[in-house]
Amino acid sequence: MRFPGKFVTVLALAVGPPAWFAGGAPALAQAPRPWQLGFQDAATPVMERIDEFHDLMLVIITVIVVFVTGLLVYVVVRFNEKANPVPSKTTHHTVLEVAWTVVPIMILVLIAIPSFRLLYYMDKAKTPGMTLKVVGNQWYWSYVYPDHGKIAFDSLIIPDDQLKPGQLRLLEVDNRVVVPVDTDIRVLLTANAVIHAWAVPAFGVKIDTVPGRMNETWMRVTKPGVYYGQCSELCGVNHGFMPIAVEAVSKAEFAKWVAWAKVKFAAQQAPDRPSPELALAAGAPPGAVPGR
Amino acid sequence: MSTTTEQATPPNGADHKPRGIGRWLFSTNHKDIGTMYLIFAVVFGLVGALFSVLVRMEMAAPGIQVMNWLFFLGEPNQVFNVLITGHGLIMVFFMVMPALIGGFGNWFVPLMIGAPDMAFPRMNNISFWLLIPSALLLVGSIFVDGGPGVGWTVYAPLSTVGAPGAAVDMAILSLHLAGASSILGAINFITTIFNMRAPGMTLHKMPLYVWSVLVTAFLILLAMPVLAGAITMLLTDRNFGTAFFDAAGGGDPVLYQHLFWFFGHPEVYILILPGFGIISQVVSTFSRKPIFGYLGMAYAMVAIGFVGFIVWAHHMYASGLDVDTRAYFVAGTLVIAVPTGIKIFSWIATMWGGSIRFATPMIFAMGMIFLFTLGGVTGVVIANAGIDIAVHDTYYIVGHFHYTMSMGALFGIFTGFYYWIPKMTGRPYSELLGKIHFWLLFVGVNLTFFPMHFLGLAGMPRRIPDYPDAFAGWNMVSTLGSYISVLGTAVFLVLIYKMFRSKETVAANPWGEGATTLEWTVPSPAPFHTHQTPPRS
Repeated sequence: MRFPGKFVTVLALAVGPPAWFAGGAPALAQAPRPWQLGFQDAATPVMERIDEFHDLMLVIITVIVVFVTGLLVYVVVRFNEKANPVPSKTTHHTVLEVAWTVVPIMILVLIAIPSFRLLYYMDKAKTPGMTLKVVGNQWYWSYVYPDHGKIAFDSLIIPDDQLKPGQLRLLEVDNRVVVPVDTDIRVLLTANAVIHAWAVPAFGVKIDTVPGRMNETWMRVTKPGVYYGQCSELCGVNHGFMPIAVEAVSKAEFAKWVAWAKVKFAAQQAPDRPSPELALAAGAPPGAVPGR
Repeated sequence: MSTTTEQATPPNGADHKPRGIGRWLFSTNHKDIGTMYLIFAVVFGLVGALFSVLVRMEMAAPGIQVMNWLFFLGEPNQVFNVLITGHGLIMVFFMVMPALIGGFGNWFVPLMIGAPDMAFPRMNNISFWLLIPSALLLVGSIFVDGGPGVGWTVYAPLSTVGAPGAAVDMAILSLHLAGASSILGAINFITTIFNMRAPGMTLHKMPLYVWSVLVTAFLILLAMPVLAGAITMLLTDRNFGTAFFDAAGGGDPVLYQHLFWFFGHPEVYILILPGFGIISQVVSTFSRKPIFGYLGMAYAMVAIGFVGFIVWAHHMYASGLDVDTRAYFVAGTLVIAVPTGIKIFSWIATMWGGSIRFATPMIFAMGMIFLFTLGGVTGVVIANAGIDIAVHDTYYIVGHFHYTMSMGALFGIFTGFYYWIPKMTGRPYSELLGKIHFWLLFVGVNLTFFPMHFLGLAGMPRRIPDYPDAFAGWNMVSTLGSYISVLGTAVFLVLIYKMFRSKETVAANPWGEGATTLEWTVPSPAPFHTHQTPPRS
């Protein structure tokens, strides 16, 4: 990584960390709420579509459950031994049997069409505006911005005893991952040692980070704000303690953040960083990394 | 229905029971072995329930509480992981399978098909006794090197590089023994059912419970060896320097998931199909009607078993599979809803026009049908990879599979228990306590598991010992629900105690004209040897 010139450094540090990156209360935070019943509000078109499809499914399954429950109640009332002392001996009804095979098939076809449409829409960004790399570690996340001077930093949970007022327990991190809004972001993910899963409910994003593999997903955040998620694949003793906090900002603010972060995280990086794994994840050819 | 004059003159002049401990240790009698399986299942069911209640107590409020009391087991977060792992493995391998297949299967498959015993009585013995060292290894592993905190799925590389120490090796060997036990059992059931049916009992006249055990046995026979292979590869990765699942050595962690779920998905049908069989018997008995659409019911189970083998990767939608692969698994998984729907509707059609008596087994059966429908429809929701991404590895999944397992399979077990316990013990159970048991458990499990759907939709991940404060409300409700289930279980234990204290006896057929299968033709309790001359069905 090339460090910026001294002038830029001074300028960037003078501007200081933008307020929204210093862990202050964000204008819009998307985190779970007490007694919540459904999804978190969607912040990406993918999550909007998941939400829509789930609404459809909820209607379908509610109708099915009500129908089956209704039949059970009817049977209990109408065909108990008092109401119907003499049982019928009917064991076949071809039309009925065909109906309860064919009707479910038709319902399933009805479900499958939007399901496939959603699945293929979610898969990959057609023309990504930028790439974000995510590396799962035991037990923290590392983020790399290959398109922005390879900014790289770690993101660790803020322990309970260091929380500032207003910060969410088990969700807030020391370094949020900052992304621009209205940009198709290609997310590439891998991990060291064990599998983790990078998940942000409001984005409709959840994908395993697998050692030795590079997974891909995408997101386009439509509203500025802070969005929280948690590791979603059992990864050892501190599985519950490696949250994800994404801060979506306007493109202009993102540019400012990039300038600031280049300096901030360049200064933070000790000579032994980035680790070989991180460097590999950042796109360095294997031979270029000492120790490989 | 036919009757036989039972045991008038046992061949070889012997209806002799071996005496003392030898009767059990060396047992080759399907009923004694079935009894041992059932006792084993009750004991480990209680252990597994204890684990789950400890987990629910921990989850009752944010922060780490209960795990701190278990300091002697290790670091709190690790203890939590060990408890969820132990709960899963115990309930699958040491509760549901021994109860439904080893217990009821051993007791009633020979009785229902008119066979004097299982085809391979000595193999039957080793099937059961392999479970004891298996269970000891798993329970022992909890106290060794911090315990196996890797989840019941034992995903690599968490279970290889991520878990040094002997605990995971012990858990793997435990699974090996349990797998061998169930493979031997499966061979025994298949052979018995194919070769030892009474004259006249064709496959298409077999009781549906026997059908369910037959299909289940095939699933075990085909799925378990794959698990054995996968966990052997884990073992060699851990101890002998292989790299099957280690990317650095050319292996692939996702390969393990494919192998595991190729076993794991049929496994969930192994857990539920015998329950389906029991429900069919009970619904028909208490409606006083023959089963509606018998052939459809039998082949629906065959279809579920078959399709169950080709949908495994719906557990891996977030693993990074190719989108076309995911699309295939969506389609395959949705298909399972069709035979499952056939079963639900056929049960209702069996009740339709019936003259239903609501004895405890029937109430449990109806409860199972309702709860399994609920678990089934959420299954249709998460079959869609698109939605699954939002709820994958969240409490929505925990809610879903407990509706199918903790309510489908468990209610199936209790249905079978109340239906057959008079036959097994010759004593009646208390209908009042049975009904109290049902209602406590029904309210308890719904209160425990329904809010989990809300938590999952809101984004709460599975397998975390502490959670963001916003999830506190529904978690507290869920924990209260589990306490009600504990109360229900206590009532169940009192019922068992009172039953064995009771001096009353029951008739050969306590359920009346609806009970048409052969086990009701032999006295209650069923004599040590039955069907020594084949009945005609």
